[in-house]
Amino acid sequence: MDAILDPILAAWRDRPGALLPVLHAVQDALGHVPAAAVPEIAAALNLSRAEVHGVISYYHHFRQEPPGRHVVRVCCAEACQAVGAEALAEHARTRTAESGVKVEPMYCLGLCACGPAVQVDEAELHAAVTPAKFDALLARLEAGQ
Amino acid sequence: MKATVYVPGDAAALALGADGVAQAIAAEAAVRGIALRLMRNGSRGMVWLEPLVEVATPQGRIAYGPVTVDAVASLFEAGFLSGAAHPLCLGETVQIPWLARQARCVTRRLGVVDPKSLADYIARGGGEGLRKARAMAPAEVVRAITDSGLRGRGGAAFPAGIKWRTVLETAAAQKYVVCNADEGDSGTFSDRMLMEGDPYCLLEGMAIAAHAVGATQGYIYVRSEYPQAIAALEAALAAAGDFLGGFRVDVRKGAGSYVCGEETALLESLEGRRGIVRAKPPLPAVAGLFGRPTLIHNVITLASVPDILAGGAAAYREQGTGRSRGTLPFQLAGNIRRGGLVELPFGHTLRELLYDYGGGSRSGRPLRAVQVGGPLGAYLPEAQFDTPLDYEAFAAIGGGLGHGGIVAFDDTVDMAKQARYAMKFCAVESCGKCTPCRIGSTRGVEVIDRIRAGDAGQITLLEDLCETMVYGSACAMGSMTPIPVLSALRHFPGDFA
Ligand SMILES: Cc1cc2nc3c(=O)[nH]c(=O)nc-3n(C[C@H](O)[C@H](O)[C@H](O)COP(=O)(O)O)c2cc1C
Ligand code: SF4
Ligand code: FES
Repeated sequence: MDAILDPILAAWRDRPGALLPVLHAVQDALGHVPAAAVPEIAAALNLSRAEVHGVISYYHHFRQEPPGRHVVRVCCAEACQAVGAEALAEHARTRTAESGVKVEPMYCLGLCACGPAVQVDEAELHAAVTPAKFDALLARLEAGQ
Repeated sequence: MKATVYVPGDAAALALGADGVAQAIAAEAAVRGIALRLMRNGSRGMVWLEPLVEVATPQGRIAYGPVTVDAVASLFEAGFLSGAAHPLCLGETVQIPWLARQARCVTRRLGVVDPKSLADYIARGGGEGLRKARAMAPAEVVRAITDSGLRGRGGAAFPAGIKWRTVLETAAAQKYVVCNADEGDSGTFSDRMLMEGDPYCLLEGMAIAAHAVGATQGYIYVRSEYPQAIAALEAALAAAGDFLGGFRVDVRKGAGSYVCGEETALLESLEGRRGIVRAKPPLPAVAGLFGRPTLIHNVITLASVPDILAGGAAAYREQGTGRSRGTLPFQLAGNIRRGGLVELPFGHTLRELLYDYGGGSRSGRPLRAVQVGGPLGAYLPEAQFDTPLDYEAFAAIGGGLGHGGIVAFDDTVDMAKQARYAMKFCAVESCGKCTPCRIGSTRGVEVIDRIRAGDAGQITLLEDLCETMVYGSACAMGSMTPIPVLSALRHFPGDFA
């Protein structure tokens, strides 16, 4: 882990407001922010462990456990609700119950004119997602493509 | 001459398959031995036509859409590279009535300019505002903003000039300009589209603001849900050369907290802490980021600045109505047939947006309720669709325009469920500082559950709870959550029976 942490901390330790950028960099590299990283981050940024932990747990974005192989985030905010997001989210949860794909609700991707919207692994976007489109997406993810 | 083809790289276009279409076009061109220039522009905002592919012709840009991978071969066959007829052809882009009838000002370069090219930005009139501002004394620039009548586009609609003057007049060794790009409201995407499609416009607005208030460092706080916007800003900054002069801008990524859109919570977050709302005063303009005077504005507010300097305050204030001057890029979202970005001067009616632009519901069923202004905005019934879209008219009916998001629902919507969601959202996103917001919203969910289970006696309790939230909350999260709840109750009482 030090191999990952050291350069991140070296790049940020002297910059103002560095904690969020550091946590992002750690999570981007490891998929989550492991508890073992907290003391080193705290020491480098001159913060208490409790402060670092408080920030990690405050923000929905930061994970303390590794996610599944893939994370599929289904938008459940109002504009997507208006075009069936809740039914889609329910469908997605049922279909992935036994799968390495993790489904998480999220609140708006800025794709509100073409919902329901879905984001895969914080990158790939899908709009106007129907249950059938979701199944096709899932099949692709499970096939490792 | 090489043909130029435009395939938007905007997130909505990507979500609708634009990358696949771009690849298919490149591959088909290669097979046919045609050399072409493939440009990834922003989106024009006609989301229902995305991916909207354009081709440059001597007659202007010709649009085709929505283009699928399967349609690409037939487009080549028909000769779309010279703007030929095809079932997907929409004619000259700027003549498409949905677009032609708008007043594209702050979004006028969206989908037109190459977001990665400063030279293209300059060629399309960019940079003029900054050039003029630098030749002016800071106080003169502030005066122009005041005279323009510009009000904050992030939701609170506070007069921008007053903030600028406060930051200018507060002496400090270090001042900041912060761009609020947290855009957490459901139904809004104009900030995202602008950052992805015309990032230099935002940077220019920030540089003008920095000159006016005496700041040397800027931050753009972008929500983590917008990786494409972050990438577009980073790319623009990397290629900015000396466009920004001595003003340095850093992009910072949020972390999935709605309340971090509130300006003081955002500053806390930028400083590396939990996004807890600060007590006011002091105002951020006096003691903001790291305790220094800070000018904080929404993306659209800052992006409106270059034109005010370039074209003059008087020209800007000519548009609009009453105390709502200029234009607002509205965002038509939810259950709507032709959704997207509609920039208009204040004063048009909601009905025009919903039907003339939106074409009614996507489902084909009657529109029943519309939420204007994000999760803290009112739900309006059809009887209020003739309300003019200006700040005062919306305040008069107990709502707000917020960031200009308009979310349409058809007649299958259950308004008691929407009210429950508003409370639930507040409970999840509350920063926890005020009891009425943190606990009141959780109680609100329970009370609405009992009402939905048939206990009509709980309605008074819900109203009391809302009153407590309105008066006992330090920010709009807690004090405005009652707006969607009570408007749903008032206008759709049958759903609570
Ligand atoms: C809960 C809450 C969330 C907010 N979210 C945003 C947001 O995402 N974007 C934004 O520009 N303003 C948001 N605001 C408004 C900001 O507090 C502030 O008014 C704005 O950044 C000022 O910029 P403006 O003058 O350009 O509107 C929010 C306010 C509250 C209370
Ligand atoms: S109203 Fe809610 S979000 Fe706003 S400061 Fe109070 S607890 Fe925090
Ligand atoms: S509400 Fe789903 S993308 Fe905005």
